[in-house]
Amino acid sequence: MGLPYIPSRMTSSSQRTPVSASSITVSCRFFGRYAEVLGVGQLELQLPAEATAGDAVAALRTRHDAQSLLPQRPLVAVNQEHVALDAPLHDGDELALLPPLAGG
Amino acid sequence: MNHVTHDPIQLDRLIAEVSDPGRGAIVVFLGTVRRGPDDGPVREIEYSAYEAMAAGEFQRIVNEAAGQSHNIEVAAQHRLGTVPTGDPSIAVVAAAPHRAEAFTACRYVIEQAKLRLPVWKKERLDDGGTRWRENPDGSSTPGVAPPADGDP
Repeated sequence: MGLPYIPSRMTSSSQRTPVSASSITVSCRFFGRYAEVLGVGQLELQLPAEATAGDAVAALRTRHDAQSLLPQRPLVAVNQEHVALDAPLHDGDELALLPPLAGG
Repeated sequence: MNHVTHDPIQLDRLIAEVSDPGRGAIVVFLGTVRRGPDDGPVREIEYSAYEAMAAGEFQRIVNEAAGQSHNIEVAAQHRLGTVPTGDPSIAVVAAAPHRAEAFTACRYVIEQAKLRLPVWKKERLDDGGTRWRENPDGSSTPGVAPPADGDP
């Protein structure tokens, strides 16, 4: 069950203004082949205040026709730490979608 | 020392960082860009990373290894950018009073690095083609159940 879709905007953090107390804005970052197929490395996304990382993924898949580009359950990190998809998001968080890891 | 670098890995500097008269064992692991029978005509690998997170995650892994026994020191570095076949892409140097702890720490760091570092590699082939490669366990979030579906 997806959350109500709220369009995101391509803005810098300095331009970000809270839409309302019931919404948050998170910075979404893409890496590796996700960045390649989406054609973007970073964007800002507005979400309901109670949104989780998984909700953000669902919203992101709605745009860019990304259902075929992003898996339903990708690896995610919030503020540079691995988290599960049910991790809560807060205003100003940095959410990263991580393709399958390949270090070493 | 930075845990990620865009320059060739300088092993002697990593060894110097952990050397101490009280540590009689130093174990070195070097991961190099492979071109084996199962890999195809790999000419080089282009490594990219979520650099800030990779540095922080590498430091957490090193701290975990150092906390497993007394007087362990670990230096570890991942190279990013284009790395030719045969050159090191990752180095782990673990020093401890005795070899058993040094081997254990070194093994721990490289295995955790493979599982946790947000690093990606695109192989460049002899014919000019490219392909993304991932680690066998690269789709599992550390500490949580693996995703139910695969990548597109």
